[in-house]
Amino acid sequence: MKKNWWKILAVVLLVYTVVAGMLTEVPRLAILNETIRNLYFHVPMWFGMILILLVSVIYSIKYLRNPTIKSDVIAHEAAKVGILFGVLGIVTGMEWAKFTWGEYWSNDPKQNGAAIGLLIYFAYLVLRSSFSEQQQRARISAVYNIFAFAALIPLLFILPRLTDSLHPGNGGNPGFNTYDLDSRLRMVFYPAVIGWTLLGIWMVNVKSRLEILRQRLYETV
Amino acid sequence: MLFKEILYLIQKDLVLEWRQKYALNGMLLYVGSVVFVCYLSFGMRSNILVAPVWNAMLWIILLFVSVNAIAKSFMQENRGRLLYFYSIVSPQGIILAKIIYNTMLMLLLAVICFVFYGFVLGNPVQDVPMFLLSILLGAVGFSTSLTMISSIASKAANSSTLMAVLSFPVIVPMLLMLIKMSKNAMDGLDRSASLDELLTLLAINMIVVTVSYILFPYLWRS
Repeated sequence: MKKNWWKILAVVLLVYTVVAGMLTEVPRLAILNETIRNLYFHVPMWFGMILILLVSVIYSIKYLRNPTIKSDVIAHEAAKVGILFGVLGIVTGMEWAKFTWGEYWSNDPKQNGAAIGLLIYFAYLVLRSSFSEQQQRARISAVYNIFAFAALIPLLFILPRLTDSLHPGNGGNPGFNTYDLDSRLRMVFYPAVIGWTLLGIWMVNVKSRLEILRQRLYETV
Repeated sequence: MLFKEILYLIQKDLVLEWRQKYALNGMLLYVGSVVFVCYLSFGMRSNILVAPVWNAMLWIILLFVSVNAIAKSFMQENRGRLLYFYSIVSPQGIILAKIIYNTMLMLLLAVICFVFYGFVLGNPVQDVPMFLLSILLGAVGFSTSLTMISSIASKAANSSTLMAVLSFPVIVPMLLMLIKMSKNAMDGLDRSASLDELLTLLAINMIVVTVSYILFPYLWRS
């Protein structure tokens, strides 16, 4: 029970996010209207994705320093959960874009950057599956994971700032901080970020424990 | 010590390339035929080849040429030779030497490609020195990131597909910057307009070279 407090916290925060996110008052803004509630579901996906991919990279570095099956499994599972968050982020973003920008995909730099970022991690999965020997697979995919993350940083944090975008926070569009002065959004947004990220970490935790057990089972059989 | 190693390794690669001329000639022929195919597909209706298309096409050709040219940099080395290198030189020396050698190769191919492309399809570039600078940065950028990718891909089965799959997403940010910068040069805009792109490209190159330098020893061990 003592070790599991964060799982309970995650559930409580997510229930709060869904209930409060759907029911509380939000600022009335033109065009955005009720879609502003997507802030609680779309934005935390990207926070969660970056953090979980960071976990994946850290475990890849750990693997290169000290090769253990555990680090490799965690790096792999974290990358998969990161991809899941990325896909959900893109889907929620596209849904939102349909109502505010008029189209699911409007060739926006942020959308393109997110899509390329996902391609990098799909390539990571393809690379993993092309090795049969476990140690070689673990080492080489760890190298690619670190390399790809280094390439992802300019893609996500530098390029969008150099170009104009329709996305909030870019090209003269109001960002989160401008229409949030009444802090009603903040009340739900911060718990949402923590809740979704904890959920992601929980998924990585469960999946990697399962995978490690499975590998141990195959070894003994 | 490292410097000497790099010099020797580059020299070795140059001598090898010179002795097996088929590889270099093959690449030159590849550049020539791709440009000619483009000419034939567009040549009949040259009015549709507007400046952005011209630019994008040149960069796509350069991208494919570099993927093909650099893919072989680790695949052509046989097992025995790699084992021999392993015992006498440091991995850092090898990756840096390969990067420098590939940069030289790419520069040669890119300049030839640009000249031939401009010759065949017309040359709308207004600020040629700036355009050449963007080609230089492109050659350096492609060769740095593709060298590392090719060493990763060469370890796997089915490496030529993997090379493309792994390299394209990594290279896209660089490609976007390059296309923008060369478009500015084509339109003859003021050079300070491209300063942002230039600095970002340099920064990306620095990141990639540093990461390759740190990571290559781990790949090398297998």
